[in-house]
Amino acid sequence: MARVIPEPALNAVLALALVAIPVWASLSGEVFTVTLATRVAIYALAGVGLNLALGFGGLVSFGHAAFFGLGGYAVGILAHHAQTYAPLAEWPFTIPGTQAMPVTWAVAMAASGIAALGIGALSLRTSGVYFIMITLAFAQMIYYFAISWPAYGGEDGLSIYVRGSFPGLNTLDPLQFFLIAWVLLMLALILSALVRRSRFGLALSAVRQNETRAEAVGIRPFRIRLVAFVISGMITGLAGALFADLARFVSPSMLAWSMSGEIMVFVIIGGVGRLFGPVAGAAIFVVFEHVFGGLTEHWQFLLGLTLLLIVLFARGGVIGLLAGRERHD
Amino acid sequence: MTLALFAEQLLNGIQFGVMLFLMAAGLTLVFGVMGLINLAHGSLFMVGAFACASVAAATGSFWIGLAASLAAAAAAGALVEIVVIRRLYDRDHLDQVLATFALILMFSEGVRWLFGSFPLYLDVPPLLAGPIRLPGGLDYPLYRFAIIVAGLGVAAGLSLLISRTRLGIRIRAGEADREMIAALGVDISKLYTVVFALGAALAGFAGALVGALQSVQVGMGEPVLILAFVVIVIGGIGSIRGALVGSLIVGVADTLGRSMLPVAFGLLMDPASATAVGAALASMLIYVVMAVVLVLRPKGLFPAHG
Repeated sequence: MARVIPEPALNAVLALALVAIPVWASLSGEVFTVTLATRVAIYALAGVGLNLALGFGGLVSFGHAAFFGLGGYAVGILAHHAQTYAPLAEWPFTIPGTQAMPVTWAVAMAASGIAALGIGALSLRTSGVYFIMITLAFAQMIYYFAISWPAYGGEDGLSIYVRGSFPGLNTLDPLQFFLIAWVLLMLALILSALVRRSRFGLALSAVRQNETRAEAVGIRPFRIRLVAFVISGMITGLAGALFADLARFVSPSMLAWSMSGEIMVFVIIGGVGRLFGPVAGAAIFVVFEHVFGGLTEHWQFLLGLTLLLIVLFARGGVIGLLAGRERHD
Repeated sequence: MTLALFAEQLLNGIQFGVMLFLMAAGLTLVFGVMGLINLAHGSLFMVGAFACASVAAATGSFWIGLAASLAAAAAAGALVEIVVIRRLYDRDHLDQVLATFALILMFSEGVRWLFGSFPLYLDVPPLLAGPIRLPGGLDYPLYRFAIIVAGLGVAAGLSLLISRTRLGIRIRAGEADREMIAALGVDISKLYTVVFALGAALAGFAGALVGALQSVQVGMGEPVLILAFVVIVIGGIGSIRGALVGSLIVGVADTLGRSMLPVAFGLLMDPASATAVGAALASMLIYVVMAVVLVLRPKGLFPAHG
């Protein structure tokens, strides 16, 4: 047995490294590194959302770009109305646009949660390969809708001229915006850890491992899975909201099938079902893109090759490699 | 909308459906026999289109290009099966999805490497250029009509292959019980390679045929792949007949929706917003059809395995 690092220690190192590097970079004036770290935190948050469905619940969703994109569009649309001073709705009462982050986050999570409820209620009637194909298809439906609906930019997307605001903070400062993303990531990780240990999380795990037995002890698989899918979609939607504010731009590409694939890649490279798997995976993805993207424009070929080798020969992801197999305590 | 226009759109829908069938047949065959979900099927579609366009440009003959597309896609399929896919049969679907997603990245980037980012164009062969006059006096592009005929021909051939030939018997036996037919002395891994290459050739054929209707470019395969998934969900996974019916439903619903919904909404509201609402809803129509089928028949219209 190879020497392994205890998983909690590894998690702590990851969490601290993710905050230490941008703070150090900010002090030495490397603003770009702070932006990269922000992307890591946001992608990791999207991955934490997917991990809840995929890792804990065994639901292989290939449609999480839908929630990521809807979260982004919620921010983009609210900002669009705030920028143009055109109210979102005039009836039954006037709803103005807004750029206050707590509000836009709540709207983003509500929108992606409702979408997850609808998509989940239909997709969870099936399982296995059907589930993969159906989640992919519904995400594609929303993608095409965003392209063909001209009111919010259609194919061109929407620009957000000024990043949303957060009370007491200057979000235009890269480090402060990073810290917002980092804190939300940590909160999502704590929530994941709590969910996993809760009665609900144990039931979800039971349904994943053996549906028939779980049913025999009185657990209703459909409901448990649907709730997990909705929470999962909401967290990924929050990540999309942050991404919109980071890029100050939303477009249908946030909803594209390749985005779903990338979110899945974060989870898998890090280690499926491992608490900090998405953090490790997102960090590796962003660094990989930055390093090899600078060397060759065909970096995606190398990404594909690396991913293929990981799937074929290194199962369990990075966390699995460093911390060994999961202990069941 | 006149009757002639409606008939033309209906034929366009059937043509689109037939093209989807060529994709969906390979996917459903590979899933039925090997239990594998193959996202890289769209890449084989792209390989076929690029092979056809580049060989046709070099030789000046569409037909040599078409033959090249079959050969290139089948060869790429066999190679991928032997090097990668074969290791995935015993893995769970998540591993299959990821590995074939990785293959998409490699195929797309590899093709971009070879051919650059600019799209290629493929001309309709002179033999099939121009319109054909159908009974009732409707003029319809001969090339699209030929696609319908070729696709239905492939569907008939495939059903004969599976029901009447020795290979077909083995394919059906492999679907039913792979260990048993291995024990009976059939080289199962060779059978799998043949089935995968057959599916790849169908995808490549579809790519080549479509190449003359739209530009040939990187990323052209994945939208078709996802539509083929919708087809399979509607038709029932593993069923060739389901793939054919599902393809025609999706092809016709999508094409008619795009042409008729804006017109239909025009009766209710002003033309500009009717176009916008109609187009947006038309883009969602086939997914709504899929959702309805899911609610009524969660295993699809023609469930293959119970």
